[in-house]
Amino acid sequence: MSVGPETVRHIAKLARVKVEEEEVAKFSEQFSRILEFFNELDKIDVSNVEPMYHVIPLENVLREDKPSQPLDVEDALKNAPERKDKYFKAPPII
Amino acid sequence: MQVVAMKIYEMTALELRDAIIRGEYKVEEVVSAFLERIEKDPLNCYITVVKEQALEEARKKDKEIKEYTPDKVPPLFGVPIAVKDNISTKGIRTTCASRMLENYVPVFDATVVELLKQAGAIIVGKTNMDEFAMGSTNETSYFGPVLNPWDRSRVPGGSSGGSAATVAARQVPLALGTDTGGSIRAPASYCGIVGLKPTYGMVSRYGLIAYADSLEQIGPMARTVEDLALLFDVIERYDPRDSTSVPPKFRPSTGRHLQELRTIFPEEISGLRMALISELMSEGIESEVSHSIMRSVEIFEKYDIMVDEISIPELRYALPAYYIIAMAEASSNLARYDGIRYGFSSGAPGKFYDVIAENRRLGFGEEVRRRILLGTFVLSAGYYGQYYLKALKVRRLIKEALDRAFKSFDILISPTMPILPPKLGERIKDPLTLYLMDLCTVPANLAGVPALSIPCAFVNGLPVGMQLMAPPFHEDVLFKAAYIFQKETRLYEMSPPV
Repeated sequence: MSVGPETVRHIAKLARVKVEEEEVAKFSEQFSRILEFFNELDKIDVSNVEPMYHVIPLENVLREDKPSQPLDVEDALKNAPERKDKYFKAPPII
Repeated sequence: MQVVAMKIYEMTALELRDAIIRGEYKVEEVVSAFLERIEKDPLNCYITVVKEQALEEARKKDKEIKEYTPDKVPPLFGVPIAVKDNISTKGIRTTCASRMLENYVPVFDATVVELLKQAGAIIVGKTNMDEFAMGSTNETSYFGPVLNPWDRSRVPGGSSGGSAATVAARQVPLALGTDTGGSIRAPASYCGIVGLKPTYGMVSRYGLIAYADSLEQIGPMARTVEDLALLFDVIERYDPRDSTSVPPKFRPSTGRHLQELRTIFPEEISGLRMALISELMSEGIESEVSHSIMRSVEIFEKYDIMVDEISIPELRYALPAYYIIAMAEASSNLARYDGIRYGFSSGAPGKFYDVIAENRRLGFGEEVRRRILLGTFVLSAGYYGQYYLKALKVRRLIKEALDRAFKSFDILISPTMPILPPKLGERIKDPLTLYLMDLCTVPANLAGVPALSIPCAFVNGLPVGMQLMAPPFHEDVLFKAAYIFQKETRLYEMSPPV
């Protein structure tokens, strides 16, 4: 299948990654070829096959409901580009 | 007995530890010798070197050693080690070779790093890699490519390229890498060292900056199989902080892989059933590479092992299935980078989502953005069933096919890489040709089985790696087979012109 510029712009929006206009054409061409490669999977019959999310059988891991030492506030803020008091500073939402 | 003094940097981790225990070298001397090599590194192996910290740690160790009786000295006491830069190190910048995390300093240690410290190892630095481990040539790094120690016009393999090149160049005896689709084995093969991708769940991923959770493992890289087993014994532990960590009851040889190698019986080897995988010896494999593997397996005949051949047709679908799953998981895992709580901030004005989108455009390199976008696509409404779900079903078929193969054979053999190390810039131009390089390595990640790469030949001065795969939890078999192969070939004695 081919991925048109509209689709590239749409998924860029979903993924919250800005894509420059000159990149849209390049990605559109590359994505089309990569999806063609993914379409190889159409040649194998997977009816009646369960999807495999994890290769080892996972069991629920339970622990006692005891509080442990959480990350220190100063530590949590250490890598923040911008902070105010004890908070991360974010751009306006509306 | 007086022997000609071996250069410190030529020694293996085991030799170094023994020499330190015998008092032949101070830890500080050992660490300085390697740091000196690192300072002159022409290959761009490191993103961060922690010289002062390592030397201080070394001096502390020199005082500490008196407290131990020789048999109680921790397994990596005084041994320098390099850690891939996607593994969290408290107080040491951890960048994932990305502009996004250029100034990120973790406030906690990954479990493997805690284990290294408990074992007495000394971290000398954080190694260069493909950005967020996405790449097979180490060319997607924000900090520039690592060069191949055997030929600096060629790639070292990726994504753990810095870890492999620094070990090969005798700048450090051991390194940690991570392997999502071949990222330990590919550079091990291209740099002429040994590398192991453990069984899924054997090594804790706590503190590993995630790319594709269901596929990746941290693993050891070294010049000899003994050193590889030594490091694996240190990092292979159950960890309640990683929900996919394998419980102790499934770990038959925990902490004893090295010891088992040392007490190996010839009968244990001659009983091993081995087969070459036909699909990974024909189409898409360079003839020099497949010929090297054919000749190499003859070495096992000396141990009365006749290497058979097996066809596993499902493996033809491994690459597309792998890339769909890896990209899908990547798009989800990398959603956390917003440049607000940590990471690159563009400082651009605007509303919340626009600022995040701009931070992510500038903070991520092209290959990372490509994978996030494609991953978002295969998970999006309308395409989820056609791509992602289908890939998960194919994953089961591949896993079952390998399970069946392992009923007849203990070890499956193939080349590690389908081609010799390409020139820098040769493969990176077209993403699809880059992805094809992972042909032989991705099946082990999809099926969660352990796989080891060991140097088996040199073609035009470039190393060729042979891949051995075993059933889950049978790293011991891989170590044994690799050990006898190494004994016959002694390729670890080859030293690159660095």
